[in-house]
Amino acid sequence: MDFTFDSEQNDLREAVRGLLERSYGDGEQRRKVAASDPGFDEETWARMAEMGLLGLPFAEEHGGMGAGPIEVAVVAEEIGRVLAPEPFVEAVVLAGGLVAAVGTDEQKSEVLAGIAEGTTLAAFAHAEPGTRWSPSASAVTATPSPNDRDGDGWRLTGTKEPVPNGARADVLVVSAVVDGGTALFLVRGDAEGLTRTGYRTSDGGRAAHVRFDGTPAEVLGADAGDRTADVERAQALARIAYAAEAIGVMDTALRTTAEYLKTRRQFGVTLSRFQALTFRAADMYVSLELARSTALWASMVADAGGDVVAAADRARLQTSRAGRHIGKEAIQLHGGIGVTAEYTVGHHTSRLTAIDHLLGDGDWAADRLARTVTRYETVDPLGAPYTG
Amino acid sequence: MRLQLSPELSAFREEMRTFFTTEVPQDIRDTVAARRHLSRDDYVRSQRILNAAGLAVPHWPVEWGGRDWTPLQRHIWREEMQLACVPEPLAFNTSMIGPVLAAFGSQEQKERFLPATANIDIWWCQGFSEPDAGSDLASLRTTAVRDGDDWVVNGQKTWTTLGQYADWIFCLVRTDPLAEKKQRGISMLVFPMDSPGVTLRPIELIDGSREVNEVFFEDVRVPSEFLVGEENRGWDYAKFLLGNERVGIARIGFTKRLLAQAKGYAQEVTVAGRPLAEDPRMAARIAEVENELVALELTALRVVAHSADGRPHPASSVLKLRGSELQQAATELVVDIAGPLSVTSFADGGSEVPEWARVATPEYLNYRKVSIYGGSNEVQRTIIAGTILGL
Repeated sequence: MDFTFDSEQNDLREAVRGLLERSYGDGEQRRKVAASDPGFDEETWARMAEMGLLGLPFAEEHGGMGAGPIEVAVVAEEIGRVLAPEPFVEAVVLAGGLVAAVGTDEQKSEVLAGIAEGTTLAAFAHAEPGTRWSPSASAVTATPSPNDRDGDGWRLTGTKEPVPNGARADVLVVSAVVDGGTALFLVRGDAEGLTRTGYRTSDGGRAAHVRFDGTPAEVLGADAGDRTADVERAQALARIAYAAEAIGVMDTALRTTAEYLKTRRQFGVTLSRFQALTFRAADMYVSLELARSTALWASMVADAGGDVVAAADRARLQTSRAGRHIGKEAIQLHGGIGVTAEYTVGHHTSRLTAIDHLLGDGDWAADRLARTVTRYETVDPLGAPYTG
Repeated sequence: MRLQLSPELSAFREEMRTFFTTEVPQDIRDTVAARRHLSRDDYVRSQRILNAAGLAVPHWPVEWGGRDWTPLQRHIWREEMQLACVPEPLAFNTSMIGPVLAAFGSQEQKERFLPATANIDIWWCQGFSEPDAGSDLASLRTTAVRDGDDWVVNGQKTWTTLGQYADWIFCLVRTDPLAEKKQRGISMLVFPMDSPGVTLRPIELIDGSREVNEVFFEDVRVPSEFLVGEENRGWDYAKFLLGNERVGIARIGFTKRLLAQAKGYAQEVTVAGRPLAEDPRMAARIAEVENELVALELTALRVVAHSADGRPHPASSVLKLRGSELQQAATELVVDIAGPLSVTSFADGGSEVPEWARVATPEYLNYRKVSIYGGSNEVQRTIIAGTILGL
């Protein structure tokens, strides 16, 4: 058992930090980038591709770096630290992760190589209005269309929303209802019958309403079999990456808050003289460190080939509770400045709120853990099923 | 980054588990599992078995019975002990005065006291807190005045846990009332509890237990050879001791076991024809406490894995703070599972209420102490805000 990063992982962290701090060292640059489409900086994205980050978890034979969940967590945490708006978790870990998990060799070679090079932005079109956090689809239906694509084409009909980066994406990974469950499909951004309406999200990112009207689609993988378990697993890996991103966001929110308490003066003294405030900052630290331990652990479980779904639920629950605690207190301890768009800390809270709701919130994770909680006596985080 | 324990540590854990579950008498472990009070004899029997196997004071210097284990090994030793319902070696002996004597005592003191302390031939109690010196310990007023070869002690201590069983007391006394800083005028003395002038008065707690006491000193004569270390350096020794006291105070193994028991109790209680354990709110509450406990255990592992150089990891204050809160959360959970049965604490022969439900409320009430002792949680917050956040 070892909770330390090796030197390569530390080098990776330093390199990513250097790159992102050049782009987002002050909050102003992020605000500018968020103000116009696509909501992230294409140039930074291209640099991330050059550095190998956009192919980090993919196999080398498909243009990736062949790295694991711990390296993914390192990058995600650095993204969170400066609130970089680049959609690393959404496009690489989740959408790319599904292609890597399910795709044919041909699909992997083409799509993953494009993602890794930064020439293909992928998005997972899965959420549907009126449902929440299901691993299966219900609002988009797939029907075979033998006249398309050498006789094995499909057509999709229905609506997905919100689709993160759905308007800008070059390729959509779409979950859709087939006989016998939920299958996955690839839809090109220029496909006929595809209508995308993008908008700004609460945290300054972008999402879209995506309508499919008999839109031609290619099955992801060898056949249109049920992929619910693959979606569940890919989302679990994305939840673990989000946990790391949230740690980065919370870490900065706490450090910013502590710094503010040390410098802001009221009643003739710095705010750090008021125990009512410093104790609350101490509690934020407690929340952060407990969440950090769980997030680190979950990435280690994924790395060890353990039960990622259960580990992701634990990380989701812990980072959700910590994120709400730290996000709300960071603003409150700042006072009015914390609610302004000009100051950084409110944007951290906004991002934490988005992360908390995209793939399942704390109550949702607690409910899933509760279903099995009486079937075992104790949890051994260093033992089965987490060690694979 | 690696999740699994090394094969050596896995074997170590297995060795500990096997020893604790097979060598410590079942009746003692049953008493702990049922959360009944242990007798003095239970503590002594259990610790002597551990000591004979080299498992009572592994953290002491090797020449006095220590094992030169890593912090992670010690963590595993303690957790396995708690999971197996083995009483931990008496903290006053093994975590408090033992390490102080080993570090600062004279050679004569070491030889006289350390083997007897490890084997609990001497039962120690702690004379630190006073009615007007709690978290502000340095304000203590018990005095020791030099008279020939003796110190003469007058004053009062309080919260002296299990003082009724104790043979000796280690005591902070004011030896220089004129010192510029109040911390500089304090010394540490040790003396027998049956010295003339020592009186013990039990304090009854809200659960009906009598585990803490007031101790009064009236012209107690202590030979000068029972001064620990140097005169007026007692505050340094106390800080050293309190640092050790906080090690293992999170009691994760204890909470883990209690939570496992709570799951069983929730199966026994029926609500509208279904086990309470199947109630979604109850199940979610158990899951939340359990997840917090997993987070705490992982944090403890991070701390012990990275404090090999002897300096505590900055997150260690989190362990005391959150560890005590989770012990309290688990005891509260058991009271809530017991529901109306939780008021039956003093029922005996004629009652059908299971024992776990009878002890639930006394334990819950008694455990309010854990966020107070060992540096109250407010002291821990002060440490976190000051030393970690720089506030």
